[in-house]
Amino acid sequence: MQNTAEKSDFLQTVREPDITLELAQEYGLNAEEFDQIFEILGRAPTYTELGIFSVMWSEHCSYKSSRLHLKKLPTEAPHVIQGPGENAGVIDIGDGQAAVFKMESHNHPSYIEPFQGAATGVGGIMRDVFTMGARPIANINALRFGEPAHPKTRSLVSGVVSGISHYGNCMGVPTVGGETQFHKSYNGNILVNAMTVGIANQDDIYYARGAQPNMPIVYVGSKTGRDGIHGATMASAEFGDGNEENRPTVQVGDPFTEKLLLEACLELMQTDCIVSIQDMGAAGLTSSGVEIADKGGIGVTMNLDDVPQRERNMLPYEIMLSESQERMLMILKPGSEDKARKVFEKWDLDFAVIGTTTDDQRLRLNMYGQTWCDIPVPPLVDAAPVYDRPQGQHPLPKPLPQDLGETPSLKTSLETLMRSPNMSSKRWIWEQYDGLVMGESWATSGLTNTQAGRASDAALVRVPNTQKALAISSDCNPRYCYANPFEGGKQAVAESYRNLCASGATPLAVTNNLNFGNPERPEIMAQFVGCVEGLGAACAALDYPVISGNVSLYNETSGTAILPTPVIGGVGLVSDWEMAMDMAFKSEGATLFIVGGEGAHLGQSLYYSEVHGVEAGLAPIVDLDVEKRNGTFMREAIARDLLEAAHDISDGGLLCALAEMSLAARTLGFDVSQLAGKATAFWYGEDQGRYVVATTEPERFSEAAQSDNVPVLKIGVVSQDNCVLPEGEEISCSELIAWHEKWLPDYMSKTN
Amino acid sequence: MKTAIITFPGTNRENDMAAAVKLTTGKSPDLIWHKETTLENYDLIILPGGFSYGDYLRCGAMAAHSPIMKEIIAQAEKGTRIFGVCNGFQMLIETRILPGALLKNKNLKFICKNVHLRSENTDTHFTKHLKEGSVIEVPVAHGDGNYFATPDILSDLAANDQVAFRYCDAQGNVSEEANANGSIDNIAGIYNKRKTILGMMPHPENATLSHQKTQDGVPLFEGILNGLM
Repeated sequence: MQNTAEKSDFLQTVREPDITLELAQEYGLNAEEFDQIFEILGRAPTYTELGIFSVMWSEHCSYKSSRLHLKKLPTEAPHVIQGPGENAGVIDIGDGQAAVFKMESHNHPSYIEPFQGAATGVGGIMRDVFTMGARPIANINALRFGEPAHPKTRSLVSGVVSGISHYGNCMGVPTVGGETQFHKSYNGNILVNAMTVGIANQDDIYYARGAQPNMPIVYVGSKTGRDGIHGATMASAEFGDGNEENRPTVQVGDPFTEKLLLEACLELMQTDCIVSIQDMGAAGLTSSGVEIADKGGIGVTMNLDDVPQRERNMLPYEIMLSESQERMLMILKPGSEDKARKVFEKWDLDFAVIGTTTDDQRLRLNMYGQTWCDIPVPPLVDAAPVYDRPQGQHPLPKPLPQDLGETPSLKTSLETLMRSPNMSSKRWIWEQYDGLVMGESWATSGLTNTQAGRASDAALVRVPNTQKALAISSDCNPRYCYANPFEGGKQAVAESYRNLCASGATPLAVTNNLNFGNPERPEIMAQFVGCVEGLGAACAALDYPVISGNVSLYNETSGTAILPTPVIGGVGLVSDWEMAMDMAFKSEGATLFIVGGEGAHLGQSLYYSEVHGVEAGLAPIVDLDVEKRNGTFMREAIARDLLEAAHDISDGGLLCALAEMSLAARTLGFDVSQLAGKATAFWYGEDQGRYVVATTEPERFSEAAQSDNVPVLKIGVVSQDNCVLPEGEEISCSELIAWHEKWLPDYMSKTN
Repeated sequence: MKTAIITFPGTNRENDMAAAVKLTTGKSPDLIWHKETTLENYDLIILPGGFSYGDYLRCGAMAAHSPIMKEIIAQAEKGTRIFGVCNGFQMLIETRILPGALLKNKNLKFICKNVHLRSENTDTHFTKHLKEGSVIEVPVAHGDGNYFATPDILSDLAANDQVAFRYCDAQGNVSEEANANGSIDNIAGIYNKRKTILGMMPHPENATLSHQKTQDGVPLFEGILNGLM
């Protein structure tokens, strides 16, 4: 603490910037929004107030470009306990238990400072989940990098992966799945989307809402520094040249402190001290304070002198806008301060009463003996601008070229695909993640020799001390979304649904992370609206509501946008983990079937992009009725114990699906030599709503399919040590593994 | 019998360990906070895995100066059985209860995967349910598990039969390829001279329950715990 004389000396030297439109624009506000602030206040804002308005009204916090369209998403179902609007969504998983989950992006920071950007992204999403009283039990992540040849890609991969590994491993929360893709559209804007799933008792869920006047406001966790100031504003603007200058706005994470914060919060939540709680994420103390006030319909008065500070002479503006990590704001029951303080002292964490709630819905900030901010709360949230941005015509995809050149043999094209960046093994990445801590993992990332010993279409973790398991998957095909935003949006949800069904889980709900370019460009807005409407249609048709999510716009550099990437994080329930399904072949001679019909559609396929270097054609169409029928049939077949292995058909079509089932089995392949004369689209088509299964009871299986009106086609059998294709081509299982494991370690070991 | 699992700020595999102990004995062990200073009437003390103190300074270095550690050193001298896994092994090294050092993995990265271990000396309370030379498959999950020892220490370890486990392949061959992290002589775990203390980097506790990949850790826990019942 500084003494009074020192403080007044400091104040004499402080000269806050003048409030001008120019400054407001620098902070991301436009002229209209700037005028609106004057109208609301009836005067000019102070510097602190301007800062608060600018972050609360930033795209990142206010969803001003997206809100209108997000309303179209279905968010309700009997099993939804909490939909969008809180720190995370909550669903009922039976026995009085709830799953709490959300996905969030940390794209802009991760490009500028990959290690810290990714680490704090993981830290932030875990905080969202345990703020609600849930213990995180699984993390997954969806990563998109630029093309491998781009000079920054290798170091970005390395930095992001070690950042995720650093934070998740130290927290003791297993990272059990995810996806990693490479595409040139991400050269200037990588995507780091992290999802956390937690478990809570339904009776012990905590919310940001519920605070009442005259209650103590408590700050816990790390001290506040000058890091991350205006991080939310950075995430609401396009990159130009010189992004690196934004480095000071990237936060620094400390997973050890967060682990302590997790344990301390969960310990305190066992008592009845907490009325409401909010983590300090984007826009730090500003958004957490405003959220609690707004949701409780109350005001807050904070004495910023009492905020634990890491640096000297911080201004209220800096304290309010800092995005220092590992901090929480709580409203306690009056009189319970000492009890709460003891818990945080046990865990060596800062604990400070920094103010009180009031009944007048105003945000008041005092420091150094002055009032720096006195503004009404509701306009910060309700009056935040909502834009119906113009939508242009989304361009039609490029037609397929007349001549694709020579068609290689099946073996050759499969080799090309297995060695390609997007299909090849990501072992180099996931072996850096602790996928086993907590001891509940049943299926984890990868195909061959996975950490949990099984590969399934979804990651599976047992719910501690029960027979239940949660299945978790993240999905999006940006190529499809670019070619046809509506169908692409539908497809992301459908693939998530399919992955859960193939693992034997009942799909319950999704979170989403909508990553797009600059919404002020009509064609990007058309992509956004198309994808949102598509995913809304699929969620509605599949009874698979959206319960939380995040929007990341302005993923664009100097006018070049990323492919539209609406990532879906799905969660499903397996009532008995012993009945869960994986994709590894189990026994030689088992019969192989395609469920859902033959492949015919090659537009926008991985085959075209990797084998012929062409990204063209129409995206596949998703028939949601068929999707639901086939998914339901799969779950029933698994529940009736008719299957030995199941896998959905997605990127790379039938042949890649079969290859992956072999990779998971290691020494068992497939014999499909009976299928001579089939077209390329049969092998590599990415038609939707399809699966491959292996069964030792082909008759019972066929009968079941027939009675459910699901088309199935017998395609061959599981074979020992070899994959046998038509025309006498063969691939040994060990060769297939070698192809698949080759690319990423080779790439990462180069230095260019 | 009574088992204590010691927890530090940043410990994160205490419940995994407790589940393995409970599976074997039917009884839940006591979780003891590191600020305690006495450990009375415990037959077995377990130092579990995690990132005590965030692995700042050096893995296990700060925990080695926790209040409970004086008592653990005293119990070690008394001959109370102590089992340290991963971060717990690092603590046993930092307190010099066990010899050698644990360096960063040879590839400088955190590694989580399944490894095979060959039991080298099964004439101990810990490993008597394993056959000498037999192979178990259990996971590793660490960034600093690369065991290092000077030639003097190595010859001491050999002379006293102190090597408990070596990284090997599925057939039991101890090879460079099977070495998970660059450990000298593929050493994955060691005993003290009296064989009352075992420290190892891999996690046998994550290879015990039926939904886990293997249950190869079960005989190890049976050996450790049954003798004490």
